[in-house]
Amino acid sequence: MASAALVGASGFGNWARLAAQQALTQDQLLEFDTFGNVSLIHVTDIHAQLKPIYFREPSINLGVGGNKGEVPHITGAEFRARYGIKDGSPSHYALSSGDFASLAKGYGRVGGLDRVATVINAIRADRPDALLLDGGDTWHGSYTCHHTEGQDMVNVMNALKPDAMTFHWEFTLGSARVNELVESLPYAALGQNIFDAEWDEPAELFKPYEWFERGGAKIAVIGQAFPYMPIANPGWMFPEYSFGIRDEHMQAMVDEVRAQGADLVVCLSHNGFDVDKAMAGKVTGIDVILSGHTHDALPEPVQVGQTFIIASGSNGKFVSRVDLDVRDGRMMGLRHKLIPIFSDVITPDAQIAKLIDDQRAPYEAALREVIGQTESTLYRRGNFNGTWDDLICDALLSERDAQIAMSPGVRWGPSLVPGDDITREDLWNVTSMSYPNAYRTEMTGEFIKIILEDVADNIFNPDPYYQQGGDMVRIGGMAYAIDISKPQGSRISDMTLMSSGEAIDPSKTYTVAGWASVNEGTEGPPIWDVVENHIRKMGTVTVDETNTVKVTGL
Amino acid sequence: MSITRRDTLALGLGAAALTILPFRLSAATEDAIAAFTGGADVADGGVDLTAPEIAENGNTVPIAVSAEGAAAILVLAAGNPTPGVAEFKFGPLAGSHSASTRIRLAGTQDVVAIAKMADGSFARASKTVKVTIGGCGG
Repeated sequence: MASAALVGASGFGNWARLAAQQALTQDQLLEFDTFGNVSLIHVTDIHAQLKPIYFREPSINLGVGGNKGEVPHITGAEFRARYGIKDGSPSHYALSSGDFASLAKGYGRVGGLDRVATVINAIRADRPDALLLDGGDTWHGSYTCHHTEGQDMVNVMNALKPDAMTFHWEFTLGSARVNELVESLPYAALGQNIFDAEWDEPAELFKPYEWFERGGAKIAVIGQAFPYMPIANPGWMFPEYSFGIRDEHMQAMVDEVRAQGADLVVCLSHNGFDVDKAMAGKVTGIDVILSGHTHDALPEPVQVGQTFIIASGSNGKFVSRVDLDVRDGRMMGLRHKLIPIFSDVITPDAQIAKLIDDQRAPYEAALREVIGQTESTLYRRGNFNGTWDDLICDALLSERDAQIAMSPGVRWGPSLVPGDDITREDLWNVTSMSYPNAYRTEMTGEFIKIILEDVADNIFNPDPYYQQGGDMVRIGGMAYAIDISKPQGSRISDMTLMSSGEAIDPSKTYTVAGWASVNEGTEGPPIWDVVENHIRKMGTVTVDETNTVKVTGL
Repeated sequence: MSITRRDTLALGLGAAALTILPFRLSAATEDAIAAFTGGADVADGGVDLTAPEIAENGNTVPIAVSAEGAAAILVLAAGNPTPGVAEFKFGPLAGSHSASTRIRLAGTQDVVAIAKMADGSFARASKTVKVTIGGCGG
């Protein structure tokens, strides 16, 4: 296979060049020379964002081991230099951090499933039998999704007519609800690594793969759900299921579909980018991995051996189109474009727009209620902190009267720009989940260090198979230093209580408030109430960029 | 609403086992291997050990071992206070030289499998299984 030529065929350059012209049109965003005989459309990690939002990409996204300095672990100006993206261009705004607030004013919001629908319809106009594949984290992340237990997203996604889906946060609806929704789906629910926990056998409800005939080619799409579901999320909510990477079973599935005559093998994955890269190096025979979970948006595929990995971003901000030439039982060529959903440029699809509004109608008053205003950009993405999490930690410290606050290092949650109202919808976009209780407890200094060391190893273990794909737990009220090059147990040092300026004493007890505990029976008010009370007291929120984590070992 | 003392303890429970950092081969493990091999050389590879990278529940971790042509396979949890897990013996008429079970792990550690082949040679495989507090999934 002519690998180098394949990467060169990426459609990225088309819209990077538009930057210079400063004139973005829908036709330009969609421009694509239809190629080969098969088209894949990939959306992933939508996190229930039906409407256009702002989404700031991270400034800090460190790679370790073999991934140090490799995409997606380069950010900002370095990322733009890597892909030849001009400062101030639409690609700068869509794909990288830097000047976010001012570019957001110029380019506007991104995403919206009614705009995504327009893009999907345009691709289907070129290729009526294009496969639409949803990488999961779809039924989680908003006020309406929480209150309808995922039904709003199922209704809207069904109207987009996907062909297959895999899963992660969906399981936090609880297994009874997940089973109910999955049974209702008119398309394939896939996960070769979703097992029955009791018998350690493939779960009956989730097929490992689905067959499709497209353009004369026999295509197998193999699903790979998030491997660390019961570890990263509360396993007690779905005790019947077991996960794991299970790459031996993945290889067995690839061999099985190849033996049955698959001309093309696609993996619809929620592994996270680095895990997908590692898996592609171990499992042979996968042509394309559509990668989700770590929310990376890459304008070109990354090739590992004979496998091409496509990363399509999050929160409805991007749609990937992948055209493939499949002949004589193999993939002969690939053309790819990461299409950014500029909501002011792409015309919403009227039918989907109405369907979205129908889902929201019963909740419209609550969604629109203004809680406060922000003078700062509020965002979440980044390995160590984000202003949204600083605000949440401040709320925990003051509303729960604690010395130290902990907020989970999740990667979902849209951004707000200075001058924006903070509505209840905005607040729920960064807090909604089925285990929201804000606990208040006591922990020793030693135990706090154990938590930080444990979470740090889930992100900075040099072997991607031991990484869970989240960011570092966010800490309020305490500063610390981290050497990411060290092994677990010796990364964290210089823990300092900010209220007193004193070093954390391992044997002393501190009051700690946090949320999103994976333990059953966690008590406390839901985090959205805690943060809402805090914002109402502040009126207008200003969050300075914090500098409480000193990072070394880069 | 505030959390009770009892809840506080429960919150910390999952992490209690983690105060000890990743275990390496203990003297007890070395002794068990020596007793099994009689001190003979052990080659890397030739035995398949399947175990999760990160345990979903450290109290019941599914593992599987197999080695074509093995007479016996010894499984050790190298970081447990008592490393011995099982010794599977395969007779000459065994149709398949594989076995699976569930084991309990005290913390992050290596699981080791040593196969004794029919010709008296030995092969080994090991895999690190992490036991973690959890939380914070992207």
